Amino acid sequence: MALENTDIQNQLTEKFGESVSNFQQEGDLFAFEMTADSNTAVLLFLKNSEELRFHFLTSMFTIHYPDAATDRQFAIVYLLHNWYENKRIKIKAFVNGKTPEIKTVANIFPCANWMERESYDFYGVDFKGHPQLKRILNMDEMISFPMRKEFPMEDSGRTDKDDRFFGRTTINL
Amino acid sequence: MSDLLLPPEQRYAKMMKDLHNEDGSELSILNLGPTHPATHGIFQNILLMDGERILEAEPTIGYIHRAFEKIAENRPFYQITPLTDRMNYCSSPINNMGWWMTLEKLLGVEVPKRAQYLRVIVMELARITDHLICNSILGVDTGAYTGFLYVFQFREKVYEIYEEICGARLTTNMGRIGGFERDWTPKAFELLNTFLEEFPVAWKEFENLFERNRIFIDRTVNVGAISAQRAMEYGFTGPNLRAAGVDYDVRVAHPYSSYEDFDFIVPVGKSGDTYDRFCVRNAEVWESISIIKQALAKMPEGPYHADVPDYYLPPKEDVYTTMESLIYHFKIVMGEVPVPVAEVYHSVEGGNGELGFYLVTDGSRTPYRLHFRRPCFIYYQAYPEMIKGALLSDAIVILSSMNVIAGELDA
Repeated sequence: MALENTDIQNQLTEKFGESVSNFQQEGDLFAFEMTADSNTAVLLFLKNSEELRFHFLTSMFTIHYPDAATDRQFAIVYLLHNWYENKRIKIKAFVNGKTPEIKTVANIFPCANWMERESYDFYGVDFKGHPQLKRILNMDEMISFPMRKEFPMEDSGRTDKDDRFFGRTTINL
Repeated sequence: MSDLLLPPEQRYAKMMKDLHNEDGSELSILNLGPTHPATHGIFQNILLMDGERILEAEPTIGYIHRAFEKIAENRPFYQITPLTDRMNYCSSPINNMGWWMTLEKLLGVEVPKRAQYLRVIVMELARITDHLICNSILGVDTGAYTGFLYVFQFREKVYEIYEEICGARLTTNMGRIGGFERDWTPKAFELLNTFLEEFPVAWKEFENLFERNRIFIDRTVNVGAISAQRAMEYGFTGPNLRAAGVDYDVRVAHPYSSYEDFDFIVPVGKSGDTYDRFCVRNAEVWESISIIKQALAKMPEGPYHADVPDYYLPPKEDVYTTMESLIYHFKIVMGEVPVPVAEVYHSVEGGNGELGFYLVTDGSRTPYRLHFRRPCFIYYQAYPEMIKGALLSDAIVILSSMNVIAGELDA
């Protein structure tokens, strides 16, 4: 029997109550939100539950929403996959824009280690308890977090190339 | 502060002080890479060695990081395809097609059967070249140069087919939303048929050179083995995972582009060692050849692209002669096309694993966020664990058998 969305939703709301919310089918992905401080508990439950068996972390990344309310400016997105039932889900956890921090899941899914380092490197999200939270693709001396929306892609002092004529601005809004 | 946050040479210096060999010999630090000819790309690993054995390793990545995700946030959709080319450049058509399919999922574009079959052919050709390079280079790293020279000319043959289809060879920038930019010429099919006649002969010969080769077996069996459990925890996908015995393949799990119409098996290994990875790739090449033959035999008639004037560039003659086409051309090139506000995830089976695209749009001309799930980036973090306790020369063999492509690793 295939794993139904309602089963997932019922089991999660029964166990976590208010911490999980906003369940919906987005295209071919079943999506919901969880509070940032429940992320390890929810993911551990999804991974180890006999019925749900979301044992594979496909990907984990961050999205920046600078215009949202302060406590919802960064979304940490987890894509989980159950290979037994061939079911994908997406979980979003929103964190504070001033001091973004969330617990690490590298101990639950070892592959999250570098993904979290990447999120730290590009967005400055602090993953509490991560064994080796340092920059991964950028150089260690860098002080900014380049994937944040306020970080301009191109040097604003450049005069040889005027993007206004091509319908682009240096900051994509 | 955790020791892991220290630069590796400082961390190793501590260990070298603490660990003493009974015979008085000392541990040493070796900098493997970043530009070592045997690593095939910019990979740096700082190793702590006891003689020839590796005790600790720390990879440093990002030497060719080009900020593709940032650039993608500032470019219209058509300008993002060339970025995908440069990720896994050994099989760029797969990346291109994966990107188009993500967009088609977002925009709800229905692709005609013929275009889907043509895509399958080109993706399988790309898989063949990807595996061909990986396996023949693995041969070179174990000291067998001949096999590489035998099969490498066939990559050239495949590139001639690409050239006939889209005009480019390595970084192909192939296709459009909804199909291909032009129909395949008879020449393309001719080249394809010649390839299908000649290549299996050479590939059989290549296999015979390696599969029962004493030296090759000694160098690869039980080298860099990883268990299925560990491989899944580390997020392995693609041939590396299948070599460990897990039959996960995106083409089967979530069929895209009509893969469900074709009959093929998913080869799996047992031990997840270097030899199994080699054999799984070999077997996949045979499956790819079979899929291409099936697609050619079953090729339906019909258009080579979907009828979506909002997203598909009109023919150039019309742009010069009719007003409508000129307007559409202008709008598409400038990115002024209707885009829904949505989030989609689409993944394809790339040359080395599940290549995923997570696209967030806000209705503007550029993606709000585009995340690439790069298989290499995720499984390369298992490398230190896989080479721990191995010989230095094994580390080279393991790296090349994992098919880590620097362009994809660093994006």
